[in-house]
Amino acid sequence: MSYKKRVDGRDFHELRKIEAKVGIIPNARGSAYFKIGKTEAYSSVYGPRELYPSFLQDPTKAMLRCNYNMMPFSGSGDRVRPGPSRRSKEISMVTEKALLPVLDLDSYPNTVVDVFVELSQTDAGSRCAGICAASMALADAGIVMTDLISAVSVGKVDDKIVVDLDYEEEALDAEVSDIPVAMIPSTGEITLLQMDGIIDKKTLLNALKIIKEPLLKINEIQKKALKKKFEIQGAKK
Amino acid sequence: MNKELKKHIEKYLNSNTRYDNRKLTEFRKVSIEPDCIKTAEGSCRVKIGKTDVLVGVKFELGKPYPDKLDQGTITVNTELLPMSSPDFEPGPPGIDAIEIARVVDRGIRESGALDMKKLCVKKGELVWIVAIDICTLNHAGNILDAAGLAAIIALKTARYPSRKGENVDYKSLTKTKLSIKKTPIPITVLKIGKHFIVDPLVEEEKVLDSRLTITTTKDKKICSLQKAGDEPLSLEDIEKMIDLALEKSEEIRKIMKK
Repeated sequence: MSYKKRVDGRDFHELRKIEAKVGIIPNARGSAYFKIGKTEAYSSVYGPRELYPSFLQDPTKAMLRCNYNMMPFSGSGDRVRPGPSRRSKEISMVTEKALLPVLDLDSYPNTVVDVFVELSQTDAGSRCAGICAASMALADAGIVMTDLISAVSVGKVDDKIVVDLDYEEEALDAEVSDIPVAMIPSTGEITLLQMDGIIDKKTLLNALKIIKEPLLKINEIQKKALKKKFEIQGAKK
Repeated sequence: MNKELKKHIEKYLNSNTRYDNRKLTEFRKVSIEPDCIKTAEGSCRVKIGKTDVLVGVKFELGKPYPDKLDQGTITVNTELLPMSSPDFEPGPPGIDAIEIARVVDRGIRESGALDMKKLCVKKGELVWIVAIDICTLNHAGNILDAAGLAAIIALKTARYPSRKGENVDYKSLTKTKLSIKKTPIPITVLKIGKHFIVDPLVEEEKVLDSRLTITTTKDKKICSLQKAGDEPLSLEDIEKMIDLALEKSEEIRKIMKK
């Protein structure tokens, strides 16, 4: 079978509409909002702050602690029960691993950097949206970073490689695979890689090549949002 | 430390002003954004100053309570998300979150805002359960008033999802809205020393002597009360606080209409 036209009419390699902002949570040291299609993520960063219990402290570097959570009304189906689930714990862990490679945590020994990711509405791709938001929030907080992580999903629907799948596309009665990818834009290295579905080696490698360009596009949007905040602050002075 | 903070805040109040230059009975700017969450059946975001609260309404099918076989139910839950304040930690709701949820719940329930009988699908077997979830985005004081306001507006925007037997199709919402008869608005009044203030900041909440949340409807009836804080209140205090709450709820109603 051949997949001719995408469910929402997009081109096969086209991203959904993206909106990005930073500094939206005044209490936090850094914060960001990242919306892609109907998936909407908020992220805030607290710290580096003291870490308790103290046996968790590492005298050589700060600990990065991510917490991914879906708001109870954020699922497209039933209400999501509040509190951590196996799924949310796993996503918190992979989010941490996706962000770690660009962070210079040696500068803040014995402390913790807390990154909270909250999804207020979702339409697939929530972990990628969360990682994009978290990365911007960390930059907004002024944590020393070597690059800004961008993430999006790539996948295969029947014979076509598609970028940024939404929920309806994931649920199609076809051969669908969904691969969330996070990348360090300056080096092209991959920091998040998961997959649901079935794919062969050649298609996978091809998909990972294709996803680079959309990821760079996202990266531009993230950078623009960060720059915008500081432009406005500058103008006020 | 709170002792010193209290002295400082009282000094301000004595000169008839607040930490942020407001009058004692002045609200911060209230902004309302209804129907902002696409995955919820009803939703509303309310900002009061820098306090930012998101409320979503979800419908579920379930069994009625044995003593109210012909009525549906509502549940209110508050998540004081650790994202919104350095004082909040991940984990199950603490007493502060539970209190907010219960006071908002009581305002809606006791005012008769929602016709619970209309939520009945099949008597004794199947009813709608309306889940109201309050999530904080930024905590800068007075979450309760923001949450109560957002909750009732979210209910007003809510539409039933379509239903086939016991299966709910959240993808297609019907045009039918909930039957909302009353608009309960909670107003929290704080007593610090001899002063009464509304719309408190976090610092003011930390040093309060007593607090009274008064939920009122448009016809000036009181539909829920919650007293908190370590100090007692005299009858005169209570009367003043109720008058203040009635006056402020009028102001909020005017903002709602816009």
